[in-house]
Amino acid sequence: MAVFRNFLSGVRSIFRKESVEREMDQELHAYLQSATQEKMRRGMRHDEARRAAQIEMGGLENVKEQVREASWETSVETLWKDLCFGSRLLASTPMFTAAAVLSLALGIGANTAIFQLLDAIRLRALPVKNSSEMAVVEIADRDGATGHFANRYSNLTNPIWEQIRAQQQGFSSVFAWGPTIFNISPGGEVHNVQGLWVSGEIFNVLGVEAERGRVLTPTDDQKGCASPGLVISHSFWQQQYAGTESIVGQRISLEKHSFAIVGVTPPNFYGVEAGRDFDVAVPLCAEPVIRGEDSMLNRRDGWWLTVLGRLKPGWTLEKATAQLRAVSPGIFEAVVPSDFDDSSAKHFLGYKLGAFPGQTGVSDLRDTYESPLWLLLGLAGLVLLIAAANLANLMLARASAREREMAVRIALGATRGRLIRQLLAESLLLAAVGALGGMAVARGLTQFLVSWLSTKQDPLFVDLATDWRMLAFTTVVTLLACVLFGLAPALRATKVAPGAALKSSGHNATSPRSRFGFRRALVVSQIALSLTLVVGAILFARSLWRLANLDAGFTQQGVLETDLDFTELKLPAEGRYEFKRTMLDQIRGIPGVDSAATAAIVPLSGDGMNRQVLVERSGQIMQSKANLNQVSSAYFETLRTPFLAGRDFHSLDTLASPKVVIVNQAFARRFFDGQNPVGKTIRIKGYKDVTPPVEIIGYVKDAKYNNLREDFRPTMYTPIAQDEHPDTGETILLRSSASLFRLIPLIKEAVEKSSPAIDLTFTPFHTLVEQSMLRDRLMARLSGFFGLLAALLATIGLYGVVSYMVSQRRNEIGIRMALGADRGSILKLVMQEAAWLVGLGLLAGTALALAGGETASALLFGLKPWDVATFAMALSGLTFVSGAASLLPALRAARVDPMVALRDE
Amino acid sequence: MVDKPSGLVQGTLDMLILKTLQLEPMHGYGIALRIEQISKGVFQVNPGSLFPAFRRLERDGLMKGEWRETENNRRAKYYALTSDGRRKLTSEAQEWRRQSGAIARILEAES
Repeated sequence: MAVFRNFLSGVRSIFRKESVEREMDQELHAYLQSATQEKMRRGMRHDEARRAAQIEMGGLENVKEQVREASWETSVETLWKDLCFGSRLLASTPMFTAAAVLSLALGIGANTAIFQLLDAIRLRALPVKNSSEMAVVEIADRDGATGHFANRYSNLTNPIWEQIRAQQQGFSSVFAWGPTIFNISPGGEVHNVQGLWVSGEIFNVLGVEAERGRVLTPTDDQKGCASPGLVISHSFWQQQYAGTESIVGQRISLEKHSFAIVGVTPPNFYGVEAGRDFDVAVPLCAEPVIRGEDSMLNRRDGWWLTVLGRLKPGWTLEKATAQLRAVSPGIFEAVVPSDFDDSSAKHFLGYKLGAFPGQTGVSDLRDTYESPLWLLLGLAGLVLLIAAANLANLMLARASAREREMAVRIALGATRGRLIRQLLAESLLLAAVGALGGMAVARGLTQFLVSWLSTKQDPLFVDLATDWRMLAFTTVVTLLACVLFGLAPALRATKVAPGAALKSSGHNATSPRSRFGFRRALVVSQIALSLTLVVGAILFARSLWRLANLDAGFTQQGVLETDLDFTELKLPAEGRYEFKRTMLDQIRGIPGVDSAATAAIVPLSGDGMNRQVLVERSGQIMQSKANLNQVSSAYFETLRTPFLAGRDFHSLDTLASPKVVIVNQAFARRFFDGQNPVGKTIRIKGYKDVTPPVEIIGYVKDAKYNNLREDFRPTMYTPIAQDEHPDTGETILLRSSASLFRLIPLIKEAVEKSSPAIDLTFTPFHTLVEQSMLRDRLMARLSGFFGLLAALLATIGLYGVVSYMVSQRRNEIGIRMALGADRGSILKLVMQEAAWLVGLGLLAGTALALAGGETASALLFGLKPWDVATFAMALSGLTFVSGAASLLPALRAARVDPMVALRDE
Repeated sequence: MVDKPSGLVQGTLDMLILKTLQLEPMHGYGIALRIEQISKGVFQVNPGSLFPAFRRLERDGLMKGEWRETENNRRAKYYALTSDGRRKLTSEAQEWRRQSGAIARILEAES
C-alpha cells in the first residue's frame, strides 16, 4: 500500500514538477526566515542572523538536490535526461554510431539465431499439456537389430508396441507413432507431404484438441480398418486448402487411397518431433491399406514405431523403467520373429525396455546438430566479444576526447557515479539499438539456416515465434556486451584528476601509460580471439574440402536418380522383373543417356542392407557381415566405379543360371587377404537359410555406401536378374553428359508411353552427395563467416590503437626526428610496438585455439584440431593483415614534420 | 555544522521527527529547533537531512503537510502525523526501547 502511494506521489510530481519545485522553494525560504527570526530573538542583528542562518543551511540548491534524491522519480528523470543527451551525442557522430550498431547487431544477431535453432531442437518443451510428464518408451540398447527399418525413429515393431500397451503400468496412457511420407497426388506428378502414423491414443495422451472437427481416438484405430478418418495440421489446412471452413469431411488421397479428413490440429501443434512439422496424421490401422504388400503392421521384424506416454502421478522414470524391465522378457518372448536364427533370436530376447525423458519430444536432429550448434554458439560468442572489445576501444577514444568535459564537470561538483551513469546510458542506448537490429538479423539468419538445412525430402521446421527463452537470451547477451564495452571505458574516463586534465593540452609527451595499457590489452585479446576463430574457420573449410574431394569410389556429377513406382499396375511378382528390364531398356534408349542401371540402394541415401557372409578357407568357415546392393549391369559404368578384375553382370545371369556376385576391395581384404577374389565362391545367409555357393565374377574398387565419412566396408553386389522377390518400385541411375534437367521430360515421356500410372521422382545424384555433407557445409560456412568477421574487427581495432599511439607520441617522434632519427627508424619504432601487440595476441590465440580445438575434433574429417598447416595459414594470414593495418599509421608517423609537431606543443 | 554529532543511527531521524509531531503539527524549523532543544543540543539537525526526511515521510503517508499562518503571520508548511504515522511511531519507539535496553544491559554486564 505504502509502495503504491509512494509510486502515485512520484508519478504526480513528475507531471506537476513545477508546483512541487515551487513548494519546496517556498518551504526552504520559510525555514530560512524562521531561523533568522529565532536568531534575532536571541539578540543578533538582522543581517548577522540572516547570514548565520544561511551558513547553517548550506547551499539552497544543495539542499534541494538532496531532497530530490530522496524520491525515486528523480533517478528516472536523470536516466531519461542521460538517454536524451546520449542520443543527441550519438546522432552527432553518425559514422561511429552506425559502425557500433552494425557490429553489435551482427554479433547479437548471430548469437540469437544460433540460440534459436538450439532452442527449437533441444530446449523447447513439446507444445502439449504438462510436458514434463511425457516419457519415451524404447529399447535401451538396440544395436544389431535384424529386420526392416522404415524411418528415422524405427525403435519398435508394431507387435512390441501392442505388448507394451497391454503390459505397462507406469503410464496413464501410451501411444505409438512413426514419421512417413505420403504422395497425396491422385495420379501423375508425385506430391509428397510429411505424414505421421499414429495410434488412436495420441491426441488424448498429449491433451491436444481439434481446431476444427475432431481429433483421432482409439475407435478410429481398429485393426483391419478399411478407410479410417485422418487429421491434418493447421499449416497444411492453410496451405493446401487455404483455410477453407468446409474442411471436415473432405477427402484426400494418400498413395492413391481415399481418406476422409475428420479434423484439424491447433496451430501450435507440430507433433512430437522437435525441428519438424507434419501435414497428415493417419491411424496405424490404415498402414496395410496404404502400404499394401510392404506393410509392416504385422511383421515381427518390421521396425517403424516410437512409443511415448504420460507418466501416472507419483511414477518416476526410474520406477517406470523398472516395471518395463520386469515385463521385457515376456514381451520379447511373445513377439520374437519365428524365422530368426538362434543367434538373432537370442539377441532379440535380450532386449530391455526403459522409460526416458520425453519433455522435449524426440529428434534425430539433436544427434546431428546439437554439438555443432553449441560450438557455433561459442564461436558467435567470441565474435560478439571481439565486437564489444572494438567498441570499448572506440568508446575509450571518445572518452579521452571528452576528458576536459569530464574534468570540468567534476570540478563543478558532479560525482563520479553520476558521470559513469551518464556514459553508461550512452552505451545502453547503443546496445539497445544493436539488440533490436540483432533481432532482425537473427530472424533473417534463422530463416536462411532453416531453409538451407532443409531438403526436399526432409523439410525442417522451426517455430520462429519469439519465446521468453530467446528474449531472455538476447537481453542477457546485450547487457553483457553493454557492460563489456561500456563499463570499463566509463570507469577509466571518469578517473581524471580535474586539475591535471584541465592544464594539459590535448596530447602531451607524457601521457600516462596505464590508460593506454588497457587499450593494448583489448587489442591483444582481440587478435587472440580472432586467431582462434580463423583457425576454426580454416579447419572446417579444409575438413569440408577433404570430404568433398575424397575418392568416394564413384563420380556423382552427371548422374540422375529416377525413382519409379508402379504399384498401381498391380503386376504379379513373376512379371515384375521383365517389366523393370523393359523400363531400363527404354530409358537406355533415350538419346543423351550414356548409360543407365538399376540399384536397390543408392549410395549415401541412408538406405542400406547387409548380410552375413560365409567363406570356407582352408577347411574353416569364416563368417562376417557385408553390405549388400542389388544392381543391374552397367551400374559400375554409370557410377564410374572401375573394375579391377572379372566381368560385369550380363544377360546370361538369370534366375535359372548359377548365382553370381561382384565384390569390392574391402570385401577381398576381409575374406581373401586382399587377393583377387574372382572365381572364388561364398555363401550368403538370410535369417535362417543359407544360399548355395555363389561365384564371385567381378572385383571392383571400393566405394562409399552409407556416408562419406565411413571407412570403406566389405560390400557385395548381386544382379537384379537373380532377385527372387522383386518389388513394385525401381530406382534407375543414369549418366549423361547432357543437361540432366533437359533429360527429365524425355524420361517422363518414355515412361508414360508404357503406362501413365507410374509415379516418377527425380533427384540429381550430386545433390544427394551434397546433402550428406550438409552439416560440414554448415560448419564451414558459418565458421568461415565468423572468422572473416573476427579478423576484420580485430584488424580495425589494431589500426585504431596504432593510430592512436602515433598521435599520442607525435611530440616524441618530432623530438626524435629533430635529434637526427631518420624515417626508417621511426617506422621501425612504431612497427616494433605493433609487432609486440600482434605477437602477444597470436601467441595467446594459438594457446586458446589449441585448448579449444578438442571441442571441434569430432566434427572434423581427415584432420586433427592441431593441424599444423591450418595454424600456419591462420598465423601468416593474420600477421599479414595486421602488418598492413599497422603499416599505414606507421608510415604516417614517419612522415611527421618535426617542425610542425614541435610547434604544436 | 555537523549533521549527526553522535552518529545518529540511520532511520532514527525519521522516528525523532514523528515523535516531535506527536503533540501538535509543526513547521520545518520548529521541528529542527525542538529536536535540538529536547536533546539539549546533542542532536543538531541540518536542513540537508531534514527536508529529504520530510519528503520521505510524506511520501510514505506517515505525515501530512499543510500550508498555514505562523504565529508571526508568515506562511509555513506545517506537518501533522497521520494515523499510519502514529502507529509507526508507537512500534518504532517500542522497538527502540527494547533494543537500547538490551544494548545497555550488555554494556553494563561488560563493565
